Amino acid sequence: MSSTPPRNPSPARPVPKVAYWRQNLIVIGILLSIWAFVSFGCSILWIEWLNQYKIGNLPLGFWFAQQGSMYVFLVLILVYALVMDYLDRKHDVKE
Amino acid sequence: MQFLEYSLPLLGLAFTSTQAWTFLFVIITFMIYLYIGWASRAQESGEFYVAGQGVPAIANGAATAADWMSAASFISMAGLISALGSDGSFYLLGWTGGYVLLAMLLAPYLRKFGQYTVPDFVAKRYYSETARIVAAICAVFISITYVAGQMRGVGIVFARFLEVETWQGVVIGMFIVGVFAVLGGMKGITWTQVVQFFVLIAAFLIPTVALSYMLTDNPIPQVGFATGDIAEKVNKIQEDLGFAAYTQPFTNYDKTNVFLITLALMTGTAGLPHVIVRFYTVANVRAARYSAFWALLFIALLYTSAPVLAMFARYSILETLNGAHIGEMVHDKDTDVDYYPIYQVNDAGKEEVVQWVSNWQKTGLITIDDKNKDGILSLKNVDGNFAEVKIDKDILVLATPEIAKLSPWVIAIVATGGLAAALSTAAGLLLVISSSMAHDLYVHFVEPQATEPRRLLIARIMIIGAIFVAGYFGIYPPGFIGQVVAFAFGLAAASFFPIIFLGIFDKRMNREGAISGMVVGVLFTAVYIIGCRSDKILGTAAPLMTPWLTGSKWIPDGLQPEAAGAVGLILNFTVALVVSRLTSPPPDDVQDLVESVRIPRGSHAPEAHFDETDAEADNP
Repeated sequence: MSSTPPRNPSPARPVPKVAYWRQNLIVIGILLSIWAFVSFGCSILWIEWLNQYKIGNLPLGFWFAQQGSMYVFLVLILVYALVMDYLDRKHDVKE
Repeated sequence: MQFLEYSLPLLGLAFTSTQAWTFLFVIITFMIYLYIGWASRAQESGEFYVAGQGVPAIANGAATAADWMSAASFISMAGLISALGSDGSFYLLGWTGGYVLLAMLLAPYLRKFGQYTVPDFVAKRYYSETARIVAAICAVFISITYVAGQMRGVGIVFARFLEVETWQGVVIGMFIVGVFAVLGGMKGITWTQVVQFFVLIAAFLIPTVALSYMLTDNPIPQVGFATGDIAEKVNKIQEDLGFAAYTQPFTNYDKTNVFLITLALMTGTAGLPHVIVRFYTVANVRAARYSAFWALLFIALLYTSAPVLAMFARYSILETLNGAHIGEMVHDKDTDVDYYPIYQVNDAGKEEVVQWVSNWQKTGLITIDDKNKDGILSLKNVDGNFAEVKIDKDILVLATPEIAKLSPWVIAIVATGGLAAALSTAAGLLLVISSSMAHDLYVHFVEPQATEPRRLLIARIMIIGAIFVAGYFGIYPPGFIGQVVAFAFGLAAASFFPIIFLGIFDKRMNREGAISGMVVGVLFTAVYIIGCRSDKILGTAAPLMTPWLTGSKWIPDGLQPEAAGAVGLILNFTVALVVSRLTSPPPDDVQDLVESVRIPRGSHAPEAHFDETDAEADNP
C-alpha cells in the first residue's frame, strides 16, 4: 500500500497557538506528576514504608493502593477539565 | 414452602425462588434493552458509528463505564483481588489510572480530529494506508479476544442461574446483542449501555452495602473498609493458617513486576479501541474532557467497592469454612455430581448445612477433599492454596449474596448485573470489529464509491458476522481465553498508545518512526507473551521461554508476560523517536493537522477537519 503523496502547502497555513499549547503542557505535566506520585509512588514504590502508618484501621500504603489513588485520579481529571475551560476562554479557542 | 420452591413447574424446569427472580429480572431488563435498540435505529453511517456526535457528556460517561466494565470487572476482579490481597491492587490502579492518561493525552484531541475510528486517525496522521491496515488488524484482534470472553461469561451466568446449557446461554446473548447492535449501531448501543450501567452498578452495590453493614455497622463500603476491624481480623486468620497477611504487599508478585504490570494496564486501558471510540460520540472537545470525568466517577463507584467486597468475602469464607464439619457424601441426581455438605453451628446452637457450598459444588466450581479424613475442613496453607477446599476465583461476586445469606432477589439482581456488564462490553467490542472491517478495510480498499445505504448495509453485515464469530468462541472457547487478556492489553499498550500520543504531542513524528516503533513494540510483546505462554496458546508440552531475568536482584520472579506490554511500550517510544529524527519530517499538511487537533475550536466542522478550511477556522 502506498501512502498519500504530500500535498502542496496551502497558501494560508495556520499560525500555531503557541502560548495556549505551552500552558496546556504545563497543566498536563503538573497533573500527571501527581498521578505518578500516588499510583507508582505511594501505592507501589513506597508502600512498605507507608504501611507503618494507619488510616482508620488500614495500613496507609494498602489504602492508597486499593482506594486512595482512585479518589486522586478523579480529582485530577475534574481539575484538568476546569482549568482547560479557563484556558480555552483566555486564549479564545473555545467553541 | 419448600415444596413450592422446588417443584414449581414452569417451562418444564424445577424452579427455585432464586431462579424465578433471576428469570423475572432478566426478562424485564432485556425487554428494556431491546426496546431502546429498536427506538434508536440508526439511519446513516454517522449515527451508526459515532451516534451522530450528539451524546451528552454525562450519558457518554455512563455508557463508557458500562462499555469498560466487562464480565471481568464485575465477576472476576473482586475474586482476583481477594486471592492476591495487596498485590491485586494493580488491577485497581491500572484499570482506573489509564483514564487519567486518556482524559489528558488522547480523548480531547481525538474528538477534535473527528471521523469514525482509531485507524482513521492513524492513517491521516501518518499519511499511510499501511498504517491503517495494521491499526485495523490490531483493533480486530484485541476486540475478538475480549468479546469471546464476554460471551463465555454470559453463558456461565445463564448456566448457573437458569440451569440451561452454557451454549444455550451464549445463543440467547448473541440474539440480544445482535438486535440492538445491528439496528441501532453506536446510537442504540450508547443508550442501552446507559441503562446497563445502572443495572450493573446497583447489582454490585446492593450486596456490598449489605455486607459492609453486617460486618462493620457502616453501610458505606468505602468508609467501612477503613473504619472497620475486618483487615486486622482477616490478617490474623491468614497468618494462623500459614498465609501472608492480607494487607502485606509483594507476596505474589515482586515489586518490579507490580510496577510494570500497572504501567501496562494503564497504557493498555488508554489505548483500547472500544474505549477510545466512545469519545468520538460527544458533541465537542469540552464534552470529551467532562465525559472522561463522568466515566471515571461511574467506574470508581464499582472499583472502590470491589476491594471492600474482596476483603469482606475473604473474611467470610475463612471464618465460615475453616474448621467446619464435613458431612457424608451426597449424590445430586440432576447434575450427576457428588458433593459434601458442610455444616456450621448457627445462632441457635444447632448445626445447619451451608447451602452455597453445596450449590457451587454442583457446578464444579468448588471442590472439597477431606485429605486427612478427620471430617473437619482445613484451610491451612499448602503451597499457596487451601489444604482441603478449592474455590474458583470467578464465583466470588456471584456467591457473595449467598454467603451473606441475602434474599433470593438480591442474588437474582447480581446475576442480572453480571449479564448487563457482559452484554454492554460485548456490544461495544462488536461495533469496533464491525467498523474496522466495514469502514477501515472493506469500504476503504474494496468499494470506496459505496453509497450511504450500501455502507450501512455493509456495516450491519459485518456486525452479524462478528456476532457469529464471538458466539462460536463463546461456545467452543480456545483454551487460552484467560491468558490472552494480558495479550490484548499488552498489544494495546505497545501499539495504539504510543502512536496516538506521539501523533498529538510530537509534531516531528513521521510515518517511518511510527510504523517502525509500532512493529518493534508489537513484535516484542507478542513474541514474549506467546513464548512464555506457548503451553496454553500453541499447545506445546512446556512453555518455549522462561521469563527473562528470573532470579536477578531487581526482578526475582522474572519479567511476567502480563508486564511485557510495558517493555513493548518503552521500546515503541524509543524506536519511534530515534527513527523519526533520522528521516524526513512529515509533510506540511500533516503538521497543520497536528496544530488543528491541539485546539478545541472547530470540532463541529462537518467534513474533512484536517484540511485548509478548518485551519482557517482556527484563526478567524
